[in-house]
Amino acid sequence: MDSGLLASLGPVMTAMKLSPDQPSPLSALDRPNSYIGRSVPRPNLARLTQGRGQYVSDVVLPRMAHVAFVRSPHAHARIKTIDTAQAKNAPGVIAVVTGAELTKVITPWVGVLTHLKGIKSAPQHAIAVDRACWQGEAVCAVVARTRAQAEDGCALVNVDYEVLPAVTDAETALDPVTPVIHPALGDNLTFERTLSVGDPDHAFAAADAVVETTFVFGRHTGVTNESRAIVADWNPGEQRLTVYQGTQAPHMTQNLFAKHLGLEEHQVRVLTRDVGGSFGLKVHIYADEMATVALSKLLKRPVKFIADRFESFVTDIHARDHRIKAKIGVNRDGTITAFEIDDLTGIGPYSVYPRTSGIEANQVVSLVGGSYTCPNYRARARVVFQNKNVMCQYRAVGHPIATAVTEGLVELAATKIDMDPAELRRRNLFADDNYPATSAAGLKFEKLSHHASLDKILAMMDYGKLRAEQAELRACGIHRGIGLASFIEVTNPSAAFYGIGGARISSQDGATVRLDSAGAVFVHSGVTEQGQGAESVLAQCVATSFGVPIERVRVVTGDTDNTPYGGGTWASRAAGIGGEAAWQAGKALRQNVLAAAASILQADPKALDIRAGIIVDADTGRERMGLDEVARVVYFRPDTLPPGFQAEFVATRHYVPRQWPFAFTNGVQASYLEVDIRTGAIKLLRHWCVEDCGTVINPQLVDEQIRGGIVQGIGAALFEHCLYDEAGQFLNGNLMDYLVPMAPEMPDIEIDHVVTPTADSELGAKGCGEAGTAGAPAAVMNAVNDALRPLGAAPITTMPITPERVLGALLRA
Amino acid sequence: MGERFCDINLRINGEDISARVEARKTLIDFLRDDFGLTGSHIGCEHGVCGACTVLIDGAAARGCLVLAVQCDGAKVDTIEGLSDSGVLIDLQDAFIRRNALQCGFCTPGMLITAQELLSRGGVPSRERIRDHISGNYCRCTGYHAIVDAIELTAKARESTRAGRDA
Ligand code: FES
Ligand code: FES
Repeated sequence: MDSGLLASLGPVMTAMKLSPDQPSPLSALDRPNSYIGRSVPRPNLARLTQGRGQYVSDVVLPRMAHVAFVRSPHAHARIKTIDTAQAKNAPGVIAVVTGAELTKVITPWVGVLTHLKGIKSAPQHAIAVDRACWQGEAVCAVVARTRAQAEDGCALVNVDYEVLPAVTDAETALDPVTPVIHPALGDNLTFERTLSVGDPDHAFAAADAVVETTFVFGRHTGVTNESRAIVADWNPGEQRLTVYQGTQAPHMTQNLFAKHLGLEEHQVRVLTRDVGGSFGLKVHIYADEMATVALSKLLKRPVKFIADRFESFVTDIHARDHRIKAKIGVNRDGTITAFEIDDLTGIGPYSVYPRTSGIEANQVVSLVGGSYTCPNYRARARVVFQNKNVMCQYRAVGHPIATAVTEGLVELAATKIDMDPAELRRRNLFADDNYPATSAAGLKFEKLSHHASLDKILAMMDYGKLRAEQAELRACGIHRGIGLASFIEVTNPSAAFYGIGGARISSQDGATVRLDSAGAVFVHSGVTEQGQGAESVLAQCVATSFGVPIERVRVVTGDTDNTPYGGGTWASRAAGIGGEAAWQAGKALRQNVLAAAASILQADPKALDIRAGIIVDADTGRERMGLDEVARVVYFRPDTLPPGFQAEFVATRHYVPRQWPFAFTNGVQASYLEVDIRTGAIKLLRHWCVEDCGTVINPQLVDEQIRGGIVQGIGAALFEHCLYDEAGQFLNGNLMDYLVPMAPEMPDIEIDHVVTPTADSELGAKGCGEAGTAGAPAAVMNAVNDALRPLGAAPITTMPITPERVLGALLRA
Repeated sequence: MGERFCDINLRINGEDISARVEARKTLIDFLRDDFGLTGSHIGCEHGVCGACTVLIDGAAARGCLVLAVQCDGAKVDTIEGLSDSGVLIDLQDAFIRRNALQCGFCTPGMLITAQELLSRGGVPSRERIRDHISGNYCRCTGYHAIVDAIELTAKARESTRAGRDA
């Protein structure tokens, strides 16, 4: 479309581009009864507030049995014998199955992808065979009539272990004296990536100042409120497996279950109803889930597995746990001359299937420095095996780490050259009017708005006044800090993320819309609802592009039998990709229905439109007939339609981003907090975020995604930590000792937006699900250091920032 | 097996129930498994997350920390009963309008806990609201919207009360 026209339409109009098939000068946003940009309440909320949700934990099937697992108490041990005799005779016990026995039903897997060059891992079994490689790995399954009986049975299984040396410290995992966990692989190196762009050596040498430090990110985990849950139902009569699973990617797990059980994909149906939180944790396949489907096949009856909270801590993927040596070069005028990082991360004994555990380190390498024009960059990331629980992708994969490293360095550099940190950013962020642009690491940006976002957040927080307040309070012994963090976020991934590496994970998504006989619309979509509001967004898109009140749109997701093949929900793709497919499908159905209406009315279809569920004359808005009437004629009196005319009241459209590998978004966060220097306690006072996710389909949902994400990031910054001892024993695997953010410690969070739509889709929406988590740890860390700096404290670059660490930094002052 | 099972009588959501229950069974398992009252959830089974919150004789309690046998003679109300009776309808509506739930797993427990605070009357400060729900874990929302919804409801109830008193 004409860019001059776009400019003249002003900011609101440019937020939504014209639909090319619409001769009307109205933008899509201004379609009559448009729901785009409106905070419509989610249709599925009422039943959830009434306790009428249908989570997998709630599923009960006839003849359903429950499985519990005997789990290794050792981080690394050979399984000498498993004595199941007593357990088999316990009340209610149906079967006791070892790993070796289960290999007859399900094959092992290896979590590698070809686009991560050189990544390696060992075959992993549904239940350990011969050897347990982390504390918590399942070594035997007990299936019983109730979960309690299954657990009783577990207590009666006797496993004789030979304890093996445990590799727990990532720092020494590659030392020649350290045992190799999987001898066939030769060493403990899972994956390594190096990158050198520009001339970093020269840039550092020529810089006026160089700042170097080490960042340490604590291992933490997702702690979804509903733990992982699965009910598998193999029906030998149908030769079909139905799986009720709290997953983000039903078509992906359908493929994996089929592949490893020796079935065709069509023999597996995955149903995902309500899911009690996901955050990336439920986008992987877990060994105990594979064991559950295999047990159902073996026993020919439904089997249910719900991870209890302790099991969740030792088996749900962990994340982060990176140690990064980092360096920045800066000139006195504020120009950043170079970045350098050396990342080391331990990912447990196996690379997780099927997305691999190399992605987070890979993302860190790609993302560090990505907001800035600095052309010189060197990076190395090494991913190593260890005998701890596995690590893999969790909300905002790599972003919180890369952002904390980059933004931590930027603020240290600002201190070094005595420049305001906001000003230093301003001098280095990619200019808003100079796109497309490419970062040193090679990330391609269609269009970002770093400067507009920074200006906006500084205005929101009244930066100057806040700095004055901070100085005043400091004089009275009150130590407050202000921390900023600019960030970029990967959203709407194309096949570049997984598909090109050989993973059968769809980057395309589809929507099928169907007009029912009373004029309502069904939307079947391949993306899934995890509580983020995907179903609302899909309904908004279809209601708008087709032209019905949103109450007449019903959304169906989470059923591999009844939705178009798609990728599901991850990497902030549901609205941007699934929404665009729904938008296009709604438009296609409108054309189909208008063709039928035109033939009934003997009018030109181009002269008609559908508005608020009524066929109208496009130019005058005069009502012609109701959708229910068109449907009645088409479904019940097709004999009255002209010969040769066949109505099609189903339309399917797909969408996959093609022009850009990812739709990058950007934003900036700020934290204002107070440090009690006697106790080390940190009180969060305020938090702000300005985010640019392109077209905002539902402002309320976007804001709440960001708020929830920010609090998850705050958890990482201040509280959450999976603690292990040297023997690989998890020390705080319960909700009493593992601290999650609770309401009293959390601040209110103010959010605003800059809107830069992507031209890759008609809607122009990018993702927003991970922005909060990406930026919050950096903003909080910078604020803590800003508070402590005048006291001469050493900068804290280790998370979580506990009171102990604060006091330690002050002691070193 | 005499002591392993006990006979109990209790009133669940206004319905009189007689049941034989395993002595070790928690109230939350009893409600969910034996009565299909799956609106109360299990998040931790060790008393921290609040997903299992129900009312026992009118007071909010954790279904995972109470044995079913301890509820002999008690009145137990769950989100299902409280929803059907309509006592929470304004609070539920505020949660919906404010999008104070995402996955909804914490919501039944959160509503019952919030109702306990609201039933004391007045408009509590945001800090007071945050303190009161300090035993209810929500991974999705970041709490801000939940605090908003509770505050909105308190204000609305207060103005209705003021209207009535005037
Ligand atoms: S399940 Fe009862 S408090 Fe968590
Ligand atoms: S809405 Fe998901 S835990 Fe609260």
